Amino acid sequence: MDKKLTSPFTKEKIKELRAGDSVLITGTIYTARDEAHIRMLEEYDAGTPMPLPIEGALIYYVGPSPAAPGQVIGAAGPTSSYRMDPFAPRLLDMGMAGMIGKGPRSHEVVEAIKRNGGIYFAAIGGAGALISKSIKKAELVAYEDLQTEAIRKLEVEDFPVIVAIDCDGNDLYEE
Amino acid sequence: MKERGKMRKINAKDITETVAGLCVKTNLTLSDDVTGRIAECAKTDSSARARGILEKIQENIKIAGEEDIPMCQDTGLACIFLEIGQECEITGGFIGDAVNEGVRKGYTEGYLRKSVVPDPVRRGNTGDNTPARIIYEMVPGDKLKITMAPKGFGSENMSQIKMLTPAAGEKGIKDFVVNVVREAGGRPCPPIVVGVGIGSTFDGCALLAKKALLVPFDKKNDDPFYAAMEDELLEKINALGIGPQGFGGDTTALAVKILTAPTHIAGMPVAVNINCHVSRHATAVL
Repeated sequence: MDKKLTSPFTKEKIKELRAGDSVLITGTIYTARDEAHIRMLEEYDAGTPMPLPIEGALIYYVGPSPAAPGQVIGAAGPTSSYRMDPFAPRLLDMGMAGMIGKGPRSHEVVEAIKRNGGIYFAAIGGAGALISKSIKKAELVAYEDLQTEAIRKLEVEDFPVIVAIDCDGNDLYEE
Repeated sequence: MKERGKMRKINAKDITETVAGLCVKTNLTLSDDVTGRIAECAKTDSSARARGILEKIQENIKIAGEEDIPMCQDTGLACIFLEIGQECEITGGFIGDAVNEGVRKGYTEGYLRKSVVPDPVRRGNTGDNTPARIIYEMVPGDKLKITMAPKGFGSENMSQIKMLTPAAGEKGIKDFVVNVVREAGGRPCPPIVVGVGIGSTFDGCALLAKKALLVPFDKKNDDPFYAAMEDELLEKINALGIGPQGFGGDTTALAVKILTAPTHIAGMPVAVNINCHVSRHATAVL
């Protein structure tokens, strides 16, 4: 039975979710992958504000394919999360609520999730067409020049994920 | 052998159109051997979660085909294998330019993702998914065979090569292949396809592994020795329990395919090229 979750969500809500749970997310999420992570943290260190409201944000690691006429977005499945492991602990410490991606995370990320009461969801890698059906709106937020790697604000409805690492550090990839 | 002037002519424009068509086709549909194996595993995997994921993967393939949405947003780096019959003559431009023009057209008009950076260190994006990785091969005859295999990098990044020495033997090969898959774990979007190259040189071995990913699942290895090795490796890999997406189960790999070539007395190179379940490739002959 799928659990329902509205994003943004409270830390109390995260505590109800356990590794292995199937969850349908509705609400606002932000996209960011490799280059967007590098740039936003470099710019932040140089004094520029973050391009997205990181406090409470749920970040989706995705580089969608372009929308054809009449589509909100193209295929939009997750990319491998481990490449964002160097950045995730810092973003969690800054208040990021959680992440959606695919594949296992480093020990440091698991520790940062525990420390901050965060969460890591896995979407099905390679199910880009299926996942695109749950994305109702996509809006460019920053870094248009990065094309597919730009930061976008997505409105999603019943976006299907599995809790891969819960707030207590239970890790589905380790079981 | 035909005399010059009597060569069969193939127009560069036709190559461009063919490549453009293959770019779109490969990103929207999978061949029957792949979908068939996924369907089979969706029924037989002993894990309910694994079966659930495999069902979602099937649903994804269906939506992609029906609604013209790429199966995966990583529409890949275009790997294009050309088998050029030595009795055909390409007219109207350089064959490599014709292929890249086809990739440009296919990826732009087909709304496919542009995933190519012009410089590996300084990054950026070429904006049209060119250049393709083109593998040219001269063959007998007067036909041009074009195979397009868009390669996603979630799985490409998990591939490895090792220059084993002859003393490592059969066991060394098997241990290496299984270990590459174990180390990859849930990262390359399992269930995966495992292409293994054995022999040749450092570079030749890697190409064999990539070509092994093009072999149809239902085609048994011509050499019974390697056919048995493929079966054994598939069994060992699926016993790892990584399962679909790395969440456990019996379906870690859909197939293991081996290609070999003669090598040097001092060497036994082994390359493992991993592909995800969106195992895309299609061929056209001009």
